[in-house]
Order: sequence, then structure tokens, then C-alpha cells
Amino acid sequence: MIFGAILAGGVGSRMKMSDMPKQFLLLGYKPIVIHTLEKFLLNTRMDKVYVGVHPDWLDYMEDLIEKYIVFRKEDIVCVAGGGDRNSTIMNIVDAIEAEFGENEDDYIITHDSVRPFVTARILDENIECVIKYNACDTVIPATDTIVEAKDNIIISDIPERKYMYQGQTPQSFKIGLLKKLFRELSEEEKGILTDACKICLMRGVPVHLVEGEVSNLKITTVTDYKIAQALIGGVLSD
Amino acid sequence: MINHIYQLVSPGLFAIKYSEEDIVDKVIIKPSHMAICHADQRYYLGLRSRKILEKKLPMALIHEFCGHVVCDPTGNFSVGELVTVIPNTPRNNDDNIYENYRKNSIFLSSGYDGFMREYVVTDAERVVSVDGVPEDVAAITEFVSVATHAVLRYDSIAHSKRKRIGIWGDGSLAYVMSNVIKFTNPDVHVTVIGKSRDKLSYFSFVNDVFLASDLSEDFTVDHAFECCGGEGSFYAIEDIIKYIEPQGSIMLMGVSESNVAINTRMVLEKGLTLVGCSRSGKQDFLVASNYLANKKFQSRLKKIIYEANSVSSIEDIHRVFERDGNTSFKTVFKWCL
Repeated sequence: MIFGAILAGGVGSRMKMSDMPKQFLLLGYKPIVIHTLEKFLLNTRMDKVYVGVHPDWLDYMEDLIEKYIVFRKEDIVCVAGGGDRNSTIMNIVDAIEAEFGENEDDYIITHDSVRPFVTARILDENIECVIKYNACDTVIPATDTIVEAKDNIIISDIPERKYMYQGQTPQSFKIGLLKKLFRELSEEEKGILTDACKICLMRGVPVHLVEGEVSNLKITTVTDYKIAQALIGGVLSD
Repeated sequence: MINHIYQLVSPGLFAIKYSEEDIVDKVIIKPSHMAICHADQRYYLGLRSRKILEKKLPMALIHEFCGHVVCDPTGNFSVGELVTVIPNTPRNNDDNIYENYRKNSIFLSSGYDGFMREYVVTDAERVVSVDGVPEDVAAITEFVSVATHAVLRYDSIAHSKRKRIGIWGDGSLAYVMSNVIKFTNPDVHVTVIGKSRDKLSYFSFVNDVFLASDLSEDFTVDHAFECCGGEGSFYAIEDIIKYIEPQGSIMLMGVSESNVAINTRMVLEKGLTLVGCSRSGKQDFLVASNYLANKKFQSRLKKIIYEANSVSSIEDIHRVFERDGNTSFKTVFKWCL
């Protein structure tokens, strides 16, 4: 089975313009997370879509689903998120297994709730890629030169740009593989390895690339939010 | 849901419009295959007048497509069903005028966004099932419906002596028109008149084909379909008026950017009827989908379909339009955006 996993556990501390976690801010006429959720539900290969939400906002998320979602409502499951990104993913994995058991051919398509511009193509290619290769990450080629400064003062390296990419989401995994890798991590590693693809990398599991889109932007700052509103031709709200 | 709409901004230049869609009570369709029409190509190449381009762009091209239903709250269609959408959108009822000729009807891909979209969101009433038809063929349902519409008008207007029909043109429209005529009127003698011997060789199912230059003086038809358009319209209409029997009906189907001079003296002398046929409506789509269910009908259409590589990026859109410029008949492509 193919499971969507929308990660909406954040509490929006970077946005500062609102106490509301940013995934719940309105983009046009609907909250950002609803736009994202609709894109997942429109993909008919996605059997169920899980939404990982901070425990304090679970009831709020359920209210939003009730209010805005007009199709496949029965295919959505809200799960309490963990303390960090990977814990939220693992909570979702646990919830999947509690409902459907452990299956060899189960895959999870994890995605930031604040990337509502994700396209049907990106989701399709993630599904095809993860079934073929067990792990994949969505990226766009870096257009700016990437400069590394390990001490944050002087340049330590300028990697060749043609090999540089910017990571987006979805990140997709064979569930059995992800679970095994995560359980092998020490508590210290769990604290450092906040990116699920990096866990694969550290354990020598190849992660294939799926081409993202510049428009698949992550709405993290006030500027991102304004750009997103401008993209859909909406009225700026500040 | 934020939909991605691939608009032609100016000739040869596409940009994405991000549009928040109201999906309540709407059928949502994921486009699967699309076909390029001459009208799309004229916008892409900038062959329309500057005034028209300024008025109609930006807009999404393509009015021929098929796709799979993703959701339908009205319950008319099932998830996964292969459907197409009628690009003509009437905005009032008028029993005397076909929906495609009403003054306030709009046409998607002519001043309004066509189907080059991530998802097509529409009213169930504008959706027609083509389930079971191969996707590359189902993509040209609209094109077939234009021909079925012409037959509908022909049936209601032309006098009953219908032994010989002439079809002028050797392109996609002439081919589909011939296929529909032969399918619906197998006993009628159909002659296709064209300019290219190679293209005429595809018309294996009609009674005979002629190069326009080879028509004998005693050649005659009871009624005619003009399927040339462009510069060829003048010569085709000139020929038709010359060869058609008195009181014959001429179905004009080709689009021409310039005005076309017509030998009205002969039109009057022969008492001819000239009938403009353009686009189609729901009734025509339903008839077309019925014909498309027939394997032989499908098989004939397949002969003129060139399936280009699938489209997964804006660069790919340019590629299929460029490829279409070198395709003799219809260019169809899988839509992966």
C-alpha cells in the first residue's frame, strides 16, 4: 500500500506574525495544510493519508478536515506528532502498522505540510521511484553557488555546483526499511539525524533523486507566505 | 487545492498560473492524453493577428484531451473512469440555436483556459465518458465530435439525394470527416479530393481519392464537405461550387484567417446552400463517444495519430508543439504534469 504522511507537527515559531502554527494559516480561502492534503488525496494511488499534528492541535486539525475536505475524508487519519520530524514519521508508521499490520510492499510518502504547491507529477514520480529503489528524495538543482563555512566565519569549501541540489519534500521510503534504520539509531544519533534521508545515507542505503519544482516552496517565513499568496493571486493579509 | 495551469503567455512562451480551485460539487479529472489542434498551433506560433493575441493571451491551450476521474461528488462518474470534457460552455438555453453557436457561449482554449492543467475541475454536465476507448484515441474525441456535428447539420439541411459526397481536404479533419461519413452512411459514394498523394493514400476506406488537379470535367457530387481551411479554403470552395450538383449543400468546416472570395454568381445559379460548421456540443460528444466504442472506427483513427513522447515539463510542451509542426496528421501526447 502507498501511504501519504503529511508532517504538520510544527508550532510556527519562525513565522512570528501569528501564534497560529504556519500550516494552519489561510492561503486563499483554505489553510495551507488543507491545500497540501487535497493534493495527496487527489492522487488515487495514495491509499491513505496520515497527518502528523502536534498533540495540542489535533482537535483543530480534525475540525479543519471536517470543515474543508469534500472528498475522501474517510481516507485521512490524524496522528499525534512526536518531538521532532523523525518521531512524527515513526508515530505515523506505528499508526499504519496498528491499522494495517506490517507488509513488505508498504511505502510512505512523507511531505512538509507547508509545501502546498507540490504537484501531481512530483507525487507520481515519488511513488514510482520509491517502489523501484526503496528510498527517494525530491530535489531541485542548486542555482546559486553553495559555499561551505564550517566555522561560520571563513569559507572552508566551495563544492562544484553541478553536483549540488536543494532538498525539498516529499521524501519517500519503503516502510520496513525506514523502521529498521530508525530503530538502529542510538539516542544521540536520533538527536542529530533530523532528516530521514540522512539516516539512509549514514547506513549506506542509496537514496534516489526525484526532480522537484522551484514552485514547491516551503512556507516558513513571512516572506515565503507573501510569495505564496502572490502566486495564487490572493490579497496579502498583513 | 492549488491547481497548476500551463498558460501560453505570448507565442512560444509558457508560464504557470497557480489557481486556487473551488472543488465543491465539481468533478475533478487528471488529464491523461492531449491532442494538438491547428488552432493551438496558430496561437503557439503567433499566426493569429496581434489584436487577437493581445485579447486572448495569456491562456492555457488544448481543447482535445481525455483523463481519469479523481473524484465526483455528484455520483455520475466512477473514480478512474476515462472521460473527456466539452470545451464549449453554454451560458443560456435556446432550443433554436445549437450550444456551440450561441453568442454568449465560451470556448475553453479561446480566450479562456484550455485543458493544459494539472487537474481539470468542471461541472458533471460537461463531462462525457469514453471509458474503454484507448487513451490516445479518446484524446481526440472533441475532434470526432466536430465531424459528428457536421453530419448532424448535414442530415437536417441537405436534400435527400445523397448518392455522392465529396470531401475536400487531405488532412486530419478530412480524414475524420470521411471516417464518420463512411461509418454512418456506408452506402454513400465518398470521394476525397486533396493535394498530397501521400496523405490521400491513408484514406483507404473511401470509394476514391483524387488530386485536385486531376479532377475530370464531368466529376460531380451531390453534396460536399470543405475540410481545408487556411489558404486552401478559396481553391476548395471554388472547386466545390464548380463540381457540385444544383441545390447541393456545402458544409464549410475549415478555418481561414483571411476572408475568402466566393463565386456567388454560381452559388445563385445552382441554388447552393452554404452551411458553416464549427465546434460541437454535448449531443455531438455523446454521438462521438458512441462511435468511438467501435473497434473498427478506433482502428481507423489510430492511423492518423502520432503519439509524441510524454510531457513532464514546459520544455516538453515546446517539444510536442515543434514535433506537431512536422506531423502529417494528429499529434497526441501523454500528460504527466
